[in-house]
Amino acid sequence: MELLKKIMMDKLAAISLSIVAVTIVVGIFAPLFAPHDPYEVHMELRYASPSWEYLLGNDHLGRCVLSRLIYGIRPSVLWVLAALALSVGIGAILGFIAGYFRGKTDAILMRICDVMLSFPGYVMTLALIGVLGVGFENILLAFILSKWAWFARVIRTAVMQYAESEYVKYAKAIGVSNMKIMVKHIVPVSFSDIVVVASSSFGAMILQISGFSFLGLGIQAPHAEWGMMLNEAREVMFSRPELMLAPGLTIIIVVMALNFVSDALQVALDPKLMSSQNKSYRNATTSAGKLQGKEVA
Amino acid sequence: MGLYIVRKVCLTVPLLMVISFLTFILNNLSPMDPAEVVLQAQGVPVITDELIAQTRAELGMDQPFLIRYFQWLMACLQLDFGDSYITGEPVWSLLGPAFLNTLKLTLVSIIVIIGLSIALGVICALKEGGLLDKSVRGVSFFLTAMPSYLLAGLMTWYFSVKLDLLPTSGMDSYRSYLLPVTVIAVSYVGIYFRIVRSSMLSNLNEDYVLYGRACGLPEKTITLHILRNSLQVAISVFGMAIPVLLGSTVVVESVFAWPGLGTLSVKSILSRDFPMIQAYVLILAVAFVLFNTFSDMMNAALNPKLRKDL
Repeated sequence: MELLKKIMMDKLAAISLSIVAVTIVVGIFAPLFAPHDPYEVHMELRYASPSWEYLLGNDHLGRCVLSRLIYGIRPSVLWVLAALALSVGIGAILGFIAGYFRGKTDAILMRICDVMLSFPGYVMTLALIGVLGVGFENILLAFILSKWAWFARVIRTAVMQYAESEYVKYAKAIGVSNMKIMVKHIVPVSFSDIVVVASSSFGAMILQISGFSFLGLGIQAPHAEWGMMLNEAREVMFSRPELMLAPGLTIIIVVMALNFVSDALQVALDPKLMSSQNKSYRNATTSAGKLQGKEVA
Repeated sequence: MGLYIVRKVCLTVPLLMVISFLTFILNNLSPMDPAEVVLQAQGVPVITDELIAQTRAELGMDQPFLIRYFQWLMACLQLDFGDSYITGEPVWSLLGPAFLNTLKLTLVSIIVIIGLSIALGVICALKEGGLLDKSVRGVSFFLTAMPSYLLAGLMTWYFSVKLDLLPTSGMDSYRSYLLPVTVIAVSYVGIYFRIVRSSMLSNLNEDYVLYGRACGLPEKTITLHILRNSLQVAISVFGMAIPVLLGSTVVVESVFAWPGLGTLSVKSILSRDFPMIQAYVLILAVAFVLFNTFSDMMNAALNPKLRKDL
């Protein structure tokens, strides 16, 4: 709650957070919010412009664009979130093991990470899709398999710095079990690092996954997904460029909101950055820039 | 420095071996039998068990796993990646030219990216909080949230269709470079200029800047000193950028029908052309590792402190 209060103090972050929250809620309860069936074809309404009945108009098969956008939240945002959570989860577990126990386990795990990270992200995903076949589940799987190494690396660094701290050494000395030290003393403090790392790559991940759907490697018709809607719009780009507008703007707004929330989270979770309001913003944006720079790699 | 290079190379060779091995087993992980894929791709109407066995023998699939790996590795070192399942042509005759095309696109883009990021980063850092700084940062925030394929689509629609100034696709003259390079540059400058800017800013508060000012050095000389120190971070990031770009031009390439690796790989994936996918992954991973090693060496040459930790 404290955290929420801090974020809400920043107006931009508050707006962004509400955009993200609304998107997620609307996505979960898509059937309640969508005015029409997203798969219902009306050939007489092809390329119809916006009307009261169809607020954002109709696409090349006369389907309701607004309903398709709303249903598209599920694959474009919610499933991406699930994939992100899974790969962060794997990364966190391995990162904790490597950072806390060090020694041989650490060395082996980090060498595996080195190998995983020596395949460029896109190539790894393409290779896995090549092996598993085209499909949305396979893209998500490929993302989980190719991203965990990066998370493990970052989380390990965070954990290492706490594992060396005095109070952990003390806990060890008085014979607290390793499991208990991790749960009680390391997870709570490193949680903020994990949240920041995860949230800062959420936006980029949405863009990349929708890009694969755009290429036709991801979700297949007739399912609604934002990248695929843009691909469908591109085919009639020369005659009806306005069809690119709705899905394009939706992606931009959601990703921008996510990036702002991630920056705000970083400031709110790190008390050091809060000390001087003005400086904190600069630090937050620059470190986010660094994270993203690495993430692309 | 010599010792550093030797140690670095010694670390790279096993890594390359592991990568090649992983790429090799990738093919074997596939749920479909390669022999079956070949037969399907060649349009054989009835696929019998004998036919599959015969094709397996032709492809050398009946040999033990490790022997196949070493045979494959030896062939790869001679740029023989096998034949495409679909067209039957040697993979390298298709991949080679495509790799060159992608490399050209990447190199032009990286020059634009480096130039723009340094220029914008330096200007924004020197005029921190000014109108230009704020607007550049605002625009970059907007552009990093924009999918590159949307930007590509909008730009083709405006410049190629509406104004009819530039070609929509292909790679015919220097004019074909303009749109793809712009799209690639826009998505990366937003990230890299912030890195240049923040490293300039952190250097601005260093003692040597204060000392230089106190000694009455002209602002221009001080700026040059700051620039030299802050470019160190930038160089390591830019060194990483070339391999990253090589692997991530897929989307832009297929939007602009650029005859490069990206377009080729998407086509091969859709037709399940395994030798092509395998060669693509191997070439890019090796290029990635080599460029990374090279950029590490460059950094070590520039900064002696880095030579110690390895």
